Amino acid sequence: MYSIILSSTTRIVTPLLLLFSFFLLIRGHNEPGGGFVGGLVAATAFLLYLIAFGVLRVKRLLRIEPLFLIALGLLITLVSSLFGLFFQEEFMKGFWLKEEIPILGKFGTPFLFDIGVYFLVIGVILKIIFSLAEEDKD
Amino acid sequence: MSFIYVAANISMVLLICSVVLVLIRLFRGPSIEDRIVALDVLSVIGIAIISVYSVLTQTPLLIDIGIMLAILSFIGTVALAYYLHKGLKKNV
Repeated sequence: MYSIILSSTTRIVTPLLLLFSFFLLIRGHNEPGGGFVGGLVAATAFLLYLIAFGVLRVKRLLRIEPLFLIALGLLITLVSSLFGLFFQEEFMKGFWLKEEIPILGKFGTPFLFDIGVYFLVIGVILKIIFSLAEEDKD
Repeated sequence: MSFIYVAANISMVLLICSVVLVLIRLFRGPSIEDRIVALDVLSVIGIAIISVYSVLTQTPLLIDIGIMLAILSFIGTVALAYYLHKGLKKNV
């Protein structure tokens, strides 16, 4: 299916959705937002791209396998939760940096955990979407 | 009682009336296209209700939820149209 309206809308909306997902990610957990919702919105951006241009174009856009994203997310969450053990504290204890980083604001291990969840959600949703889309192509 | 408060209350009543009208179209709609358009209109009314509610309760956070619903309902409509198109092609 090729539609010129859909494809030109997609070119505008996909970057907007990715930006919005990043905004949701860095707004963190004190207000509505966080890693899970941000990941879902980012996966929706790729889903829109898939409906407009097909599976192959999305894979070329993404460049890496969804399984790699899942593994990366799990690794980041693991690293963020191990900080407590290194400093002789409880497992998964949250540490915050004293200074604020310009764009991200307060940075610490809970934020790192959120980033891990973000990549994990993108990977899982994209894996599901890709296998569904490749199945009903034939 | 300020002007904004009265206006928001009146528009809330009107929006709820339009939800009822759209629901009638959703249940009765002769073809499936009517139902898809009704769902799209329903999500737009939902965004309007969220915005009016955020004005009434003075919580600007709800506007973000409206933005997200606007983008995601668009994708839902596109996906429904995509599968409708595919089903039509398979039947012919």
